[in-house]
Amino acid sequence: MINKPHVDWFAISPSLALLAAAGLLLMIAVFVPAGPRRAVAACTGFAGFVAAFVFAVLVDVRSPVATTIVHDALFRDRWSALAQVLIAGSGAVAVLIAYRERMRDEHVAEYYALLTAAGAGMAFFVQASNLMTLFLGLEWFSIALYVLTAIDIDLIGSLEAGLKYLIVGAVGSATLLFGSALVYGQTGQLGFDKIGAYGHGHEAMLAVGLAMIIVGLAFKSSAAPFHMWTPDAYQGAPTPVTAFMASATKIAALVVTYRLLETAFPQDEHLWRYAIAVIACISLAWGNIAALVQRNVKRILAYSSVSHAGFMLIAIAAASPLGERALMYYLIPYSAMSLGAFAVIAARERELGVPVTLQNLAGFGWERPFLGVSMWVFVLGMFGFPLTGGFIGKFYVFAAAYDRGFWWLIIAGVIATMISAYYYLGIVRAMYFRDTAELQLAPAGGSPPRELLLSLGVVLCLAVTVGSFFAVQPLIDVARSAASALPL
Amino acid sequence: MNDWLTTILILLPMAGALLIAVAPLTSYWLGSLAALISLVEVGFWITSALKFDFGSPSLQFAQDRPWFRDLGVSYHIGQYAFSLWFVGMTVVVMAACTIYGWWAGRDRGRAYFALMLFLTGAIVGVFTAQDLLLFYAFFEAMLIPLYVLIGVWGGAQRMRATITFVVYTVVGSLLMLAAIIVLGLQQGTFDLTKMGTSSSTWLFLGFVVAFAIKSPLFPFHGWLPITYREAPPEVSAVLSGVVGKAGLYGLLRIAIPKFPTVAHDWRYVLLVLASISLVYGSLLAFRAPDFRGVVMYSSMSQAGLIVLGLFAFNDLGFDGAVLQIVNHALISASLFLLAGMVERRTSTGEFSRLGGMARGRPALATLVMTTGIIALAVPLSTSFAGEFLILAGVFQQGWVWAVIGASGIVLAAMYMLRAISGVLHQEPGPAVSDAALDLRLGELAVVVPLVLCLIGLSAWPNLISGRAIGGNVAIVHVADASHTTCVTKGTARSCVTPLSSVASVPNIDLHLHTR
Repeated sequence: MINKPHVDWFAISPSLALLAAAGLLLMIAVFVPAGPRRAVAACTGFAGFVAAFVFAVLVDVRSPVATTIVHDALFRDRWSALAQVLIAGSGAVAVLIAYRERMRDEHVAEYYALLTAAGAGMAFFVQASNLMTLFLGLEWFSIALYVLTAIDIDLIGSLEAGLKYLIVGAVGSATLLFGSALVYGQTGQLGFDKIGAYGHGHEAMLAVGLAMIIVGLAFKSSAAPFHMWTPDAYQGAPTPVTAFMASATKIAALVVTYRLLETAFPQDEHLWRYAIAVIACISLAWGNIAALVQRNVKRILAYSSVSHAGFMLIAIAAASPLGERALMYYLIPYSAMSLGAFAVIAARERELGVPVTLQNLAGFGWERPFLGVSMWVFVLGMFGFPLTGGFIGKFYVFAAAYDRGFWWLIIAGVIATMISAYYYLGIVRAMYFRDTAELQLAPAGGSPPRELLLSLGVVLCLAVTVGSFFAVQPLIDVARSAASALPL
Repeated sequence: MNDWLTTILILLPMAGALLIAVAPLTSYWLGSLAALISLVEVGFWITSALKFDFGSPSLQFAQDRPWFRDLGVSYHIGQYAFSLWFVGMTVVVMAACTIYGWWAGRDRGRAYFALMLFLTGAIVGVFTAQDLLLFYAFFEAMLIPLYVLIGVWGGAQRMRATITFVVYTVVGSLLMLAAIIVLGLQQGTFDLTKMGTSSSTWLFLGFVVAFAIKSPLFPFHGWLPITYREAPPEVSAVLSGVVGKAGLYGLLRIAIPKFPTVAHDWRYVLLVLASISLVYGSLLAFRAPDFRGVVMYSSMSQAGLIVLGLFAFNDLGFDGAVLQIVNHALISASLFLLAGMVERRTSTGEFSRLGGMARGRPALATLVMTTGIIALAVPLSTSFAGEFLILAGVFQQGWVWAVIGASGIVLAAMYMLRAISGVLHQEPGPAVSDAALDLRLGELAVVVPLVLCLIGLSAWPNLISGRAIGGNVAIVHVADASHTTCVTKGTARSCVTPLSSVASVPNIDLHLHTR
């Protein structure tokens, strides 16, 4: 007789809602005729993400005290709940962006099914409280994303991107799994807190295991030098999927990294703080320098996301309550900015029918004033200009680094930001500064269609990006209560 | 109501920018709306100047709301007497430039006027922010509209101009951001009125480099030539007249009072750089082949002169610096606008192709002549008063600085007279045709008020110099740092300031504090 654990269904409701949506979508793929399928599928996917969002908010409100559930397999706390809120929000916006995507009608329901399944996997992943659920969640959302990257077989490079992502991602997962095995071998424990409680000295096996776990998670957060898949996958995947990957995957991976390191390896803080700081520096350098020479806007943003991983890893390297708040705060405007930027690229892509480069972005700002201004706000936010949350996010991250004596990380971050001015402002330059004669005033198929849903998504992202600059205090309060779930 | 005046001065143009961005009007009417808003802004400033209590050294029209508490950042704005003059010159120059843009009929009016108004709000914010992070936010916010204003409406080489401009400015301002974060966390607050002083050389340099780039001071002036030549004339007027002053304001409000000992130790470096800027800038202006070149290098040389006044560390120098800042804002804006008007008629600013424009164009000749004469600090002019105060002030640091400053006045006469004669006198140049008419009413309406302000100040320079710093706002007495002793022991750092100097700094918290 197997001893069945008590299951706190409410605590895992965000994952369940998304999983239910995914199941329903697979049914829709079979039973709903091709005509209304696109609309029904998108509505179901959107409803799934919204439901997950609402459930995550409810869990957040009702979990002031962090607990573990389902036989200590998962956490129920505000740290994971806030991450789930962000992931579900990103997913909902991704559905809005995806609605008008040119894709084959016969696969449209599977598309949303995979998107919601990936969301469910991430929601599960951020709750993981032992090495098994950690790996389970990681594989769950990764496999969904591998398929999503390659789903649009009409798109040039999509299959290639999917394959690259699969291979590199599998190496990352394998590394994480191997590291987990080493840690288990040394401590005999799977639970994060039990590993943390294992009074160890300086066992080499544990240190190697820790290093491999960090590397495995760094693959997912696309921190350099483990970012090799990022530019190709971001470029090749359908743009809404890229938008979802850029925001949600990063949220999940970074949030889990912070929790895992602080909960399971508090005694090794002196090791992983420096490891993370070094990875952060490499990401900042590599991401920004590589972005300088890109012409494809999705690749630019891919490298920019590598550099943002670097900024957020600075917050993790701080390993302090301020760092936890900084990470959570940073993720809010960051996810909105990257979703929004990819949404604008998706709009341009659809009107031109070709990949968006700096060249064919020319004049976009004058042709589509609203999307142009939005893109402007998003890239300036990524740079860290005031009037966007990106500015406050960087400020917080630097403050956290300084607070723990990492003044050299501030210098690295500042230099990285200086470099990034070139390509972020290069996007603005491409959109606005070209002469009218240079403009390519030939969108494929006449005047572009007005995409209400995509514009709505952009408005939401804009509101979060700019709103997070003004409403810092409430967001920091939310981040603080989330961070209170962590042991520090 | 009074509390809100500063906020209104910041938010009115920003709200106007939003309104213009969405209002369903034609370009012409958007321009009229922008002109109206910028004039209303001037009206609000006049109201605040009338309500300002110059007898009180405290921060006025202040508002203080927490922005985020855990790092001690607040929306704290307000004006000291000298801030009032900075804001005044901003709103006046911005109004003139906005109206000129309207008159000149800039294309893509919606974006143009929205950006000009946004810029106005940001600059006013820089001059009134009393919180370091807020100051930085406004300081950076200035860059966004300027980048686009130069990049979209600029000349043929505008791409290179924007890149140069942005690279210099961003390098400076990010160094400052790092310094701000460290300073604010060390002090436990980002509020300028609540924080004490610091004795860190690195932080001081972080601020000074940012401000020196903005001003600009030698050797940080590399962005100057291409930016000022490629920008539309009214944007050059704003850059040199107002935006550059943000750097000088930063020295006056932050670098000197917050780092008294370091500023004192480094004063010779700054004085030498200022002297080089003064002399070298003047020589460059003398050698410049075009009208704009003269005006832009003269701004560099004037920035040098003003920094001489600031690093004199006495009331004379500070009062003179504030007066001269206002003078130069008005002079430089007028001259850049006049240069733009000349270029509009001849499609060139090169002296080799200009000349003889005085004949048949009395209004242009009178305005160029008057502004030029005031710019070269002829006695009885307001810039003479400003420069005299600066020289008198810096004389107390050593006679040699006063001599260099005085030589700058001689050089100013040389380059300014050369410019005046190159445009107005001599034989008519090949680019000057008879079809080039005298100034039109719209142009006169923009420049004449600026020149009238200058003439008014010439009659009564004490309006500003007597109501800027001297004995009034004691902020700068902190610069006299020989009384403050700071001791660093490990991580603990304590500062002791004798009561005699604390008494003169009611608004700055200098009491003993230990971290």
